[in-house]
Amino acid sequence: MSGLRQGAGRSALIFGATSPVARALAREFARCGYELFLAGRAGEDLEAVASDLRIRHRVSAHACPLDALAFETHAAFFEAVAARTGESLYVAVFCIGSMSDQKAAERDWDAARAMLDTNYTAAVSLLERTAAYFEPRKRGVIGVVGSVAGDRGRQSNYLYGSAKAGLAAYAQGLRNRLWRSGVQVTTIKPGFLDTRMTWGKPGLFGVATPERAAEGIFAALAAGRDVAYVPGFWRGIMLLIGAVPERVFKRLKL
Amino acid sequence: MPPWVRRELSGWARYPVEACHEFRPERRGAVAEILASGGQSSYIARGLGRSYGDCALNRGAGVVNLTRLDRFLNFDEDTGEVRCEAGVSFEALLQTCLPRGWFPPVTPGTKFVTVGGAIANDIHGKNHHADGTFGAAVNEMTLLTPNGERVVCGPQRNADLFWATVGGAGLTGFILDARFRMLKVETAYLKADHLRVKGLAEAMRAMLDSDAGYRYSVAWIDGLARGKSLGRSVLMRANHARLSDLPSGTPNPLWPPPRGRCGVPFKLPSLTLNRWSVRAFNTLYYATHGDAAGKLVDFDAYFYPLDSIAHWYRLYGRRGFVQFQVSFPAASAEAGLAEVLEKLSASGRASFLAVLKRFGAANAGWLSFPSPGFTLALDLPMRDGLPRLLGELESRVLAHGGRIYAAKDALTTADAFRAMYPELGRFRALRAELDPRGLLSSSLARRLGLARAGAEAFA
Repeated sequence: MSGLRQGAGRSALIFGATSPVARALAREFARCGYELFLAGRAGEDLEAVASDLRIRHRVSAHACPLDALAFETHAAFFEAVAARTGESLYVAVFCIGSMSDQKAAERDWDAARAMLDTNYTAAVSLLERTAAYFEPRKRGVIGVVGSVAGDRGRQSNYLYGSAKAGLAAYAQGLRNRLWRSGVQVTTIKPGFLDTRMTWGKPGLFGVATPERAAEGIFAALAAGRDVAYVPGFWRGIMLLIGAVPERVFKRLKL
Repeated sequence: MPPWVRRELSGWARYPVEACHEFRPERRGAVAEILASGGQSSYIARGLGRSYGDCALNRGAGVVNLTRLDRFLNFDEDTGEVRCEAGVSFEALLQTCLPRGWFPPVTPGTKFVTVGGAIANDIHGKNHHADGTFGAAVNEMTLLTPNGERVVCGPQRNADLFWATVGGAGLTGFILDARFRMLKVETAYLKADHLRVKGLAEAMRAMLDSDAGYRYSVAWIDGLARGKSLGRSVLMRANHARLSDLPSGTPNPLWPPPRGRCGVPFKLPSLTLNRWSVRAFNTLYYATHGDAAGKLVDFDAYFYPLDSIAHWYRLYGRRGFVQFQVSFPAASAEAGLAEVLEKLSASGRASFLAVLKRFGAANAGWLSFPSPGFTLALDLPMRDGLPRLLGELESRVLAHGGRIYAAKDALTTADAFRAMYPELGRFRALRAELDPRGLLSSSLARRLGLARAGAEAFA
């Protein structure tokens, strides 16, 4: 247990703070009394998310404009945020994710690259800075929100899935590296979530609300888990999907 | 192209049910993108779907669900002014503001409505005689007009657009955010007085005599009582309790202890609420609600008794129900209400909920429903012959100079609506200028002639 529920005097940094799941997660931290640093695309939505947390939960919440794909700005961004927290930074959660149309991305390299960069490269760029901050301080919790799509490549979304697979392997290595310093790294693999990403998509099941997903993410972080599926039943489903032999799997229309 | 889902949508009364193409933006800018995408023949905003009929439906076309744009933008705890996005619910308003001593200025009988819907339908509550409608508490709002522009309007700024939008059923633009005044309270409790009265005339007289002493006043009517018991009611009047009204040692004066919530798990047969079961309930209700004075009730129990029963519309069975709310000017109210009640009572159509309320002064909203006089609201289970009965009632309502509330309605005709709302012509003229392509429309707009017929393609 990392005592994550004790938020007084601590700050949490959320990358990708404007999504519904990140908003719901920020509320979980706000309820525990954390000061919030909300990193996301500059604009009225980021400001609105920050004011909403301040008003509903009476916590300090700061909008920190971030361009996830402007890698060259990340070092300065992280340094500035860390300085603003005044050594109170205790949690950082990577919630950035983007799924564009697989078929379009197969035809358009720029679209494919943007998807890979958003879901994978941006995470590495931002989390390396985060790790370098927590490691010498021998404290901290890093949450990495990936996806069940990273567990097995499927024709319908393997570009997105491959970035999430890379993210999972990255988080695994980071966990191994930071264990000695007492820094927790938790990989979270959500299933289908009721957000813009899935709105209008056919054939979904067990879709979780952002609030339920956020509760699951927070609980996994608080329990000090290494890897957690959210909601939990996805562990069983992915176990079954993983058990299908590749010579069979490659023939399936998934 | 912004994603949408084809869904069978309905209002709270589950009549009518229509296939619509539902969008659900998660960024503010996405609303304008949806409007500009050209993917649908028309669009209408939707919140939590608690309006009863077809005002947030758009058969075969776009419905824009704004519940994900639900962020508080500002809250001044000294003046009680809130600025928030249209998707903020009254539940969130209460959770956020009541513990700090501020209550919604006007509230309907459920807290599962949005601020945007409250303005678009210019909702009223039990305090209309004292405080007017929700629209009257709005200082300013940001409207995304059909041409994609954001226009700030209020009673002092773009006043025409403002008063067309208050009660305008979402047909002047998408309300993105609003700034409004909350009401200062000392506690989360109400001090209620109950009084049983034997008939309609007595109920109306009691309201006229005593409403001035109460912020909230409403009468529950036994819709099945006939003859000399016609209009037999329990008058329920209340004020916000002062701190000194509470027993000493109340743990948190501004937030009552939590209560359970139950639900109606599935749709029941259409006969669950029939004339016998409702008669039994109404008789019991009248018998058990004796006269009481100074009874302390928490805000949830007083304002939102049905919110603790999730999906209560299922009590009406698969075919749903129709809510009928009518108002009459003071002069013709007694005759008009008596005729409506007699007709309904004679038809034996059970009304579980029948509520009488006195309206105070009207506001400047062009299509705002409340006007001085009395209003009666009732639920009628959908059965064969109901549309005909309501058609007959409609003509009686017109004969007595009355009008029907669009947010609760599903069956009124365009001709009758025009006769009830004298500013309709002005509203249509503004719409013609604001929305020449007919980008904003709804099933209600087409039924009531709020949008020009033919301007919209009918997919």
